[in-house]
Amino acid sequence: MKVKLLLTSTAVSAAMFASAAANAGELTIMSWGGAYTISQTEAYYKPWMAATGHKINSVDSDNPAAPIKAQVEAGNVSIDIADIEYSDAIRYCDEGLLEEIDSSTLPAAPDGTPAQDDFIEGAITDCAVANIVWSTVFAYDSSKFSGDKPSSLADFFDTEKFPGKRGLRKGPKANMEMALIADGVAPDDVYATLETDEGVQQALDKMASIKDDVIWWEAGAQPPQLLADGEVVMTTAYNGRIFGAAVGEGKPFEIVWDGQILDFDLYAIPKGAPNKELAMEFIKFATGTEPLAAQASWISYGPARASSAALVGKYKDGKTDMAPHMPTAPENMKTALVNNFEFWADRQDELNEQFSAWLLAN
Amino acid sequence: MQSATATPNDEVLTSADGTPLQVALARATRKAKWRAFWLVAPLLLFIIITFAIPIAQMLYRSVHNTAFSENMPAVGEYLRNNDITDVPGEAAFAALVSDLITARENKTIGSVATRMNYEFPGARSQFTGSARKAKRLEPPFKEALIAIDKDWNSKHLWNVMKRASNPIGGSFYLAAVDMRYDENGNAVRVDAKKRIYVPLFVRTLWLSALISTLCFILAFPVAHLLATLPLRYSNLLMIFVLLPFWTSLLVRTTAWIALLQGQGVLNDVLVGVNILDDENRVQLMYNQAGTIIAMTHILLPFMILPLYSVMKSIPPTYVRAARSLGASSWTAFWKVYFPQTIPGIGAGVLLVFILSIGFYITPALVGGSSGQLISNEIARHMLQSLNWSLAAALGGILLFIIIVLYWLFDKLIGVDNMKLG
Amino acid sequence: MAKLPAYTTFGERVWHYTYLFICGCIFLFLVAPILLVIPLSFNAEPYFTFTKEMLSFDPAGYSLRWYDRILTHGMANPEIERGAAWWKDTWENGQWLHAAKNSAIIGISATLLATVLGTIAAMGLSRPEMPFRRVIMGLLISPMIVPLIITATGLFFFYSKTGLAHTYIGVIMAHATLGIPFVIITVTATMVGFDHSLSRAALNLGASPITVFREITLPLILPGVISGALFAFVTSFDEVVVVLFVAAFDQQTIPRQMWNGIREQISPTILAVATILVIFSILLLTTVELLRRRSERLRGISPA
Repeated sequence: MKVKLLLTSTAVSAAMFASAAANAGELTIMSWGGAYTISQTEAYYKPWMAATGHKINSVDSDNPAAPIKAQVEAGNVSIDIADIEYSDAIRYCDEGLLEEIDSSTLPAAPDGTPAQDDFIEGAITDCAVANIVWSTVFAYDSSKFSGDKPSSLADFFDTEKFPGKRGLRKGPKANMEMALIADGVAPDDVYATLETDEGVQQALDKMASIKDDVIWWEAGAQPPQLLADGEVVMTTAYNGRIFGAAVGEGKPFEIVWDGQILDFDLYAIPKGAPNKELAMEFIKFATGTEPLAAQASWISYGPARASSAALVGKYKDGKTDMAPHMPTAPENMKTALVNNFEFWADRQDELNEQFSAWLLAN
Repeated sequence: MQSATATPNDEVLTSADGTPLQVALARATRKAKWRAFWLVAPLLLFIIITFAIPIAQMLYRSVHNTAFSENMPAVGEYLRNNDITDVPGEAAFAALVSDLITARENKTIGSVATRMNYEFPGARSQFTGSARKAKRLEPPFKEALIAIDKDWNSKHLWNVMKRASNPIGGSFYLAAVDMRYDENGNAVRVDAKKRIYVPLFVRTLWLSALISTLCFILAFPVAHLLATLPLRYSNLLMIFVLLPFWTSLLVRTTAWIALLQGQGVLNDVLVGVNILDDENRVQLMYNQAGTIIAMTHILLPFMILPLYSVMKSIPPTYVRAARSLGASSWTAFWKVYFPQTIPGIGAGVLLVFILSIGFYITPALVGGSSGQLISNEIARHMLQSLNWSLAAALGGILLFIIIVLYWLFDKLIGVDNMKLG
Repeated sequence: MAKLPAYTTFGERVWHYTYLFICGCIFLFLVAPILLVIPLSFNAEPYFTFTKEMLSFDPAGYSLRWYDRILTHGMANPEIERGAAWWKDTWENGQWLHAAKNSAIIGISATLLATVLGTIAAMGLSRPEMPFRRVIMGLLISPMIVPLIITATGLFFFYSKTGLAHTYIGVIMAHATLGIPFVIITVTATMVGFDHSLSRAALNLGASPITVFREITLPLILPGVISGALFAFVTSFDEVVVVLFVAAFDQQTIPRQMWNGIREQISPTILAVATILVIFSILLLTTVELLRRRSERLRGISPA
């Protein structure tokens, strides 16, 4: 009896805490931290807070997809909006983990083009709206190489030619594609190869060839940090983070665009989010033409709307043109690979397990 | 035994109100027992609610998983009532198709597919893919499904489904010791290169043993010095032990990051005094070395303090007596002093060993991939892969190891003899 | 230092000084990492090591910028002039201050809960007639022994079901649980030297049990209670795994914020926070030492 009483009374006071937060008009948004969250804070959060008087709590995660899934499945959602990758957005929508978003309510472009036509193809799904196009690239510290500089993915995986530690994201995504490209698989054949067990093994074997020299990173802010600290000489990274360190902080980092892997980041509302309506209001605001364009002056990610692309100008320093730093710039796109979200939506779990087993086995 | 109302006679001693003394005493003792118990009861209840029940529930999760049985009712029903000797016939497939359709509509197919994939690699895409097409299928469903994915014709898969149709099962514990059910339902070990959890448990135990040994080696001389110095010096030196003891774990881990980094203080010093050249800095972090160094530092006070309190109680006269009887200083130490410190060594080593087995924060921050311990893998399954049943099973095994060690600690030293600071 | 006896041989003398040297090295190993953090936090550059300017004691190599960053991190408008509006902004939005406030709320509440429950229970446990003493003691101490990841996992599921997840009460209850073993251990240790005839005498003279507790027992065991409470507070103040699993943004604490900081952006801000925490632990340590000596004096175990 006493147990029950205690539990109900604590549950009641817990509910009181929660509702107090709701009345104050607060949103909790989970994003990827570091320079990326800063760009969103400047371009979306601050203008929205100023315009509406609501408050935004920003929470960082290595990858917001995992925590929101855990919260929805456990039935205690505290996140109102999460910024997630394309394959996760598709998969979670299928699994009923996200609230549906009616794309017809999204604001039209200034010239009147409806949102559905203004967004890049694929950027709106049933449960999520894209804000940026970003890519996984690799970058190196040019002060560490006096002669030849690395110029292709093959160089990244060649520790004979370019000795030194490498940084890789701790997970199969992007790494497996890059390993196959470095191993000579044509970008168009990458996903067909990965469909087979032999293809997966080929990718793991390629990674095994440098395994002893790899430092694994998890948070997007780590790779530029690892480069700056001299812990690694080259590392894969989200392109905007390297740009921030190189142009924003003047670090001698160079991006190699060969075999870059493009992806969307999308805003989604976890099922059962405490402030669903407010979250929807925010998404409508943030994915409007101007906030998307504004974000591009803080970090080198391409806006997901055609009408925003035209407005992209200079970096916040006022002198760097953003266009050539975007992953979608024509000269960066020559050997680019677009992330096959269907492949990853289906195979992510299996490959994650295989990857972790591979990582732990010596 | 006489009843309390019996007339007292001469042979039985009675208390003032006439109750036999034996009875009165028993009653008083019982009352005292209850009084002592009621003092403890609130806390006991609190610990049971906030600690024992949550852990018990978590352990239940390791043998209880309803992802399949709840969301695939029709085929589940079939499987519970029929033995699987071969791939079943149309009835089972019809039930399967209807379940796939409802599961897709209810958006529960994802959890079903994920659950199956734990035991049948490839099942995830097979289930979600087939569910996507299920609505358009025409009977005979058996042929139709097998045409979509030939794995539907696998007896192994049907055996996996049969086991999953019962929410209670030990397959997660099997997975946690690197085993699986083969196509005939026998428990076998997984392929050598896929064995990860047992090696990880071994690594955790081995690193904990190594760290305990290192702590012992470092703690012994220091504790001895502290115990033999005059109090005003030892009180001063004690601060060196207590300061790290009172300093936040994260602060200490941060300090080690600053020290051990490639461009960190330690490497800078080594380069500065020309032991290393700038190109060949040693990697002391993001590997096992990082985990070992930082954890040894963090746990060292837990070894020094119990050793110190035991050494403090050893009268210095014993060693002096041995010396005056002609023992060399080594013999006096080894034969007379050392044996008396063994209770302290036991307490310290066991405590450090128990604490290090469960470490999570420090390995996660400085351990790289080779310095991860079992707790990190549990956290990964809890926070990233979200295979909660496996996390619970791994946690169950870890808890079992800890309880055995704790029981040992209680037998040898007694939990009530634990001292802090 | 202690004088060596006259009968020591030359070899033994050499060994003795080697031994002192080894001990010195171990003491260095114990405190050097913690103390190194302090100067590093004044680095003018965003590095974790001593720059040339720092080593030559050039004032230009030192700065307070990372301490400033503790205040400005998370502020809406850190650039505005430092007046009332600025301080209001940092008090409301500064993430470290938010974390510090939470750490204080959670730490103090958990400590009170753990100390009250723990002290009462310790009095029961130290009575010789306590039934099942060993088993119960074992259970009450076990939160200290069971790996945090297991406790946190259990609480994650339990709190999700009971609605305690993402609440202050949930975190406070969890932290109280983790602090209780320390209270039990320190208070029962003080009770060992407690002379029960004192309270019996008071009871005989007509005092109520509550008066006895307040006037006789508590003053004598107070040092133990306070140092137990301090241990409980530090446990909560330093705890990150449970917070990681059951707390939301609103309950973010200092260690949680540090955990984020170490993984996301290793800047000397972390070292500045660490320095403040080191100073904090020095204060705590001093308090505990003074209490311990007072307790020994009170109980007549005075140092030689």
